[in-house]
Amino acid sequence: MEDFFQHVINGVSLGSIYALIALGYTMVYGILQLINFAHSDVYMVGAFAAYYSAQFLGISEAPGISTLVILLASAMIGCSLLGLMIERFAYRPLRKAPKLNILITAIGVSLFLEYTAQVIFGADPKVFPTVLKDSVIVELGGVQIKSLDVAVLAITLLMMLALNFLIYRTKIGKAMRAVSTNVVVASLMGVNTDRIIAFTFIVGSSLAGVGSVLVGMKYPKIDPLMGMMIGLKAFVAAVLGGIGSIGGAVLGAMIMGLSEEMVVGYLSSTYRDALAFGILIVILIFRPSGLLGKNTVEKV
Amino acid sequence: MSQPILEVKDLHVYYGAIHALKGLNFVVQPGEIVSLIGANGAGKTTTLRAISGIVESTGDILLQGQSLKTVKSYQRVSLGLAQSPEGRGVFPQMSVLENLEMGAYSRSDRSEIQKDIQMCFELFPRLQERIKQSAGTMSGGEQQMLAISRALMSRPKLLLLDEPSLGLAPRIVSQIFEIIKKVNSQGVTILLVEQNARMALKVSNRAYVIETGEVTLEGRGQDLLNDDNVRRSYLGV
Repeated sequence: MEDFFQHVINGVSLGSIYALIALGYTMVYGILQLINFAHSDVYMVGAFAAYYSAQFLGISEAPGISTLVILLASAMIGCSLLGLMIERFAYRPLRKAPKLNILITAIGVSLFLEYTAQVIFGADPKVFPTVLKDSVIVELGGVQIKSLDVAVLAITLLMMLALNFLIYRTKIGKAMRAVSTNVVVASLMGVNTDRIIAFTFIVGSSLAGVGSVLVGMKYPKIDPLMGMMIGLKAFVAAVLGGIGSIGGAVLGAMIMGLSEEMVVGYLSSTYRDALAFGILIVILIFRPSGLLGKNTVEKV
Repeated sequence: MSQPILEVKDLHVYYGAIHALKGLNFVVQPGEIVSLIGANGAGKTTTLRAISGIVESTGDILLQGQSLKTVKSYQRVSLGLAQSPEGRGVFPQMSVLENLEMGAYSRSDRSEIQKDIQMCFELFPRLQERIKQSAGTMSGGEQQMLAISRALMSRPKLLLLDEPSLGLAPRIVSQIFEIIKKVNSQGVTILLVEQNARMALKVSNRAYVIETGEVTLEGRGQDLLNDDNVRRSYLGV
């Protein structure tokens, strides 16, 4: 039983990280109907942005809240700028092109980032700065709640609340929802749609930046291809929840995180990745629009 | 005569190889209701879309004497242009209130926006009853009311209405046209696109008949109602 609770805690922690990345996929999909394959590499660049700013500031071995905040900020800024550039130079010129062209471009941008990163950062893994001391905060009958898991969960929750506020309580959030429903009508309302799309990339990319620091904190080894597997899993999470749906991305990510942890705990870690894609196949067969995917009915 | 609120000069629109508008010319004077009538595919909706800037066009469109050539579609809203699009285009997942707030997106005068929301509720009391309901769950007539209200929320000088009667029950249609007259009497100039030519001509000061991308006939609403060609082609008499 203790094992089970321990797995739940680990699974939720992993799910939170998937959620942060899955949100970027789902938001961009919601607004452009584009699977932004470069998103996983934006996440990777976030980790390197944090790594190099820690080096630059000399705080690689200075765990603490201030280090955490600085690394989060640098990853978020790095990711935002990159996301903005990708949108501006790769996707915006293709706004009126067929969707397939943009999808292929997304794969191209992804490969470009992965291999440019190998040239710039080097292909060998680097050790991520120590962000927080991993200590056991509470121990309840054999179940350990560690500071890293608490930090991951707290930061994710904070981000979700902020995102929820942004999307449902602000004017720009309302414009984001409008653009994702109907770009043409949104511009008839006076919405500068290009600006809203760019803003969506900023938000999605910053969330990936947060995710990258949290992953670096838990599994402190980063390399230019680190985004591939986690990006795919976050993508599966977004599809599982219903791509385009914010709540769906979080739900899908939690299911992915928990089931992965359970498979590792009770079956074998060999099946960890097989599970993710097994879920994807099952979802695509039985419920292609995802758990919370929207089926809009248009009245004539 | 005073300066026209809208002047369309030699307007051409191409959809790929299809020449949808072939040099359209017309004017709308301040305070008028002007209709564009014509068959399916004549180019009526395309004309409105070109005026709002959501399809590319050549030729010139002047709003109160100012050329819109270099003005992006979203910037045209703050110049006093609003469109209630074909098929209503309400945001289905948003509430009635949020839809109205989207209509006021280009404005920042909060207290005035509140007043205008109240004004819309006076025009369409049904909307007030459904203020929190998501727009996608409303009937077609209610959605049309919302689309018109939402367009009014930007305080337009010129309101473009695309097929406001489409798919609605006759009783709702006459209600909508009553509102159109009322909005017009409050000083909003209206350019109306309609398949329901009889209704449109009745409320219009003037109208243009469009056939395959060209204006073939123009005149006062009442005169066109009595015109033999119009009666045969568009009124089914």
